[in-house]
Amino acid sequence: MIYCFSPVTEGELTVAGMNVSTHSRDIKRMVGVAPQEDNLDPDFTVIKNLQVYARYFDIPKAEAAKRAIELLKFFQLEEKQTKAIDELSTGMKRRLIIARALINQPQILLLDEPTTGLDPQGRHMVWDEIRSLLKQEVTIILTTHYMDEAAALCDRVFIVDNGKVIETGVPQKLIKEHVGEDVLEVPFNEVILNALKKELPEADIEIFGDQIRVFVNRHGVFERIIKKFPGVNMTIRNANLEDVFLKLTGRKLRE
Amino acid sequence: MTENVNPSPSVSRLPKLTYRVWAVWRRNFDVFMKKWHVNFLPSLIEPILYLLAFGFGLGTFVTQIEGVSYIQWIAPGLVAITVMYGGFFECTYASFVRMYYQRTFDAIIATPINVEEVIAGELLWGATRATFNSAIVLAVVAVFGLISTPWFLLMLPVAFFGGLLFAALGMCFTALAPNIDFFNYPTFLLITPMFLISNTFIPLASFPSPLQIIAVAALPLTHVTDLSRVLIVGKIETLGGLSPEWLLFLAVFWIAIVTVLLFALSIYLMKRKLIK
Repeated sequence: MIYCFSPVTEGELTVAGMNVSTHSRDIKRMVGVAPQEDNLDPDFTVIKNLQVYARYFDIPKAEAAKRAIELLKFFQLEEKQTKAIDELSTGMKRRLIIARALINQPQILLLDEPTTGLDPQGRHMVWDEIRSLLKQEVTIILTTHYMDEAAALCDRVFIVDNGKVIETGVPQKLIKEHVGEDVLEVPFNEVILNALKKELPEADIEIFGDQIRVFVNRHGVFERIIKKFPGVNMTIRNANLEDVFLKLTGRKLRE
Repeated sequence: MTENVNPSPSVSRLPKLTYRVWAVWRRNFDVFMKKWHVNFLPSLIEPILYLLAFGFGLGTFVTQIEGVSYIQWIAPGLVAITVMYGGFFECTYASFVRMYYQRTFDAIIATPINVEEVIAGELLWGATRATFNSAIVLAVVAVFGLISTPWFLLMLPVAFFGGLLFAALGMCFTALAPNIDFFNYPTFLLITPMFLISNTFIPLASFPSPLQIIAVAALPLTHVTDLSRVLIVGKIETLGGLSPEWLLFLAVFWIAIVTVLLFALSIYLMKRKLIK
């Protein structure tokens, strides 16, 4: 809807003050879209993909060539410029899609699950590049299923469940608000569960499959507990955005 | 805001086309030119094979039709068939691949180009493909010494508009196709029968009259063949009481009207398919 492809079904949607129903071209000119699926043009080489895409924006040829090279350099794809799309790895394709989305120097960049399906190296490369982009004057809207990605990259997150925004805020604040500071993870055991409930009446205790998770909003609570249960495998970790997400949306599997 | 808010990209709205259709056309042209020698090959070889097999082979049995040799009579038919194949197949199989497998349309629609312009660009490209291919076939026909009038050059614009008609016809099927195998239906139920009965290899007058009426009333290839024959050989036979002049007038009119209708219809159907 933001990039004027799906019609608005209800209400009114404006992007940078422009209504998507009436100003689709003006909006699309200032938005860059990096879809999740690979829709690079397999009929062209890497650099030609950028140049042909620039033509869709009426960018003059010389300017397009200049921007294409700059973007390939930025995304470390310069050596691949004459390669066919088929010859690129998934990570390279993803970076090229993001490069393509920047060819019109957009004010808003939409990244739809930019690292889904990438190996850790590819993922971190994309993260680094997104971080460098954040220093430039571009607003990035990123959708992701990875909560660590949202926490690592976003200034502000919206948690969406069944098409509705159920929470919004700064990642660290949301974590503090909803799950606190530390999490204790213990393999499930009825005896230990009851003992934990007695020891920490103020804590939030949940059962995740074969694991007990205890959430508290202070540091240094769990050290005492661990000493009390020698021989039980217990792990203390920091609370994270995934805990927030699971808490807010429940554990039911969703599509 | 006092601005009038339309229900956004509604399917029924008239197509909004700008010069941007050429960016879509240009994309396909660039791809075509990358492998032009392979792309021109069928248009070069096919007419030679047909002229040899039908013209010289069958031509020894069929000596003359309407005062011209059989090979001379079928040459314009080959050009017309090339127009049909060029437009139709570019906007069925090739467009479907770009739309469905390559997601090229989705990528373009995220830029200032809208859906209508993507489809219009595809149609104009289909027409161009038909024109390129017919130019090659015309050259082959010329080498065989089968062109009798200088008017044959007008066959290029005829190929473009005829090609646009077949491109739009193909695009309608692309909009309806649930998968690529679906194109077997229009290919074998529409294109192949047209290939055979539209006055191409067999004079239409030799078919039973109901078939003649269908060929003139409903089959675009009949009209393209008539124009091709008059522009290449210099004459066409009367048919069903219609004089050659009337047949030509009918052909131009028929092609013009049906092209406009199919152009609009194919864009409408594709928008309905693509906008979700």
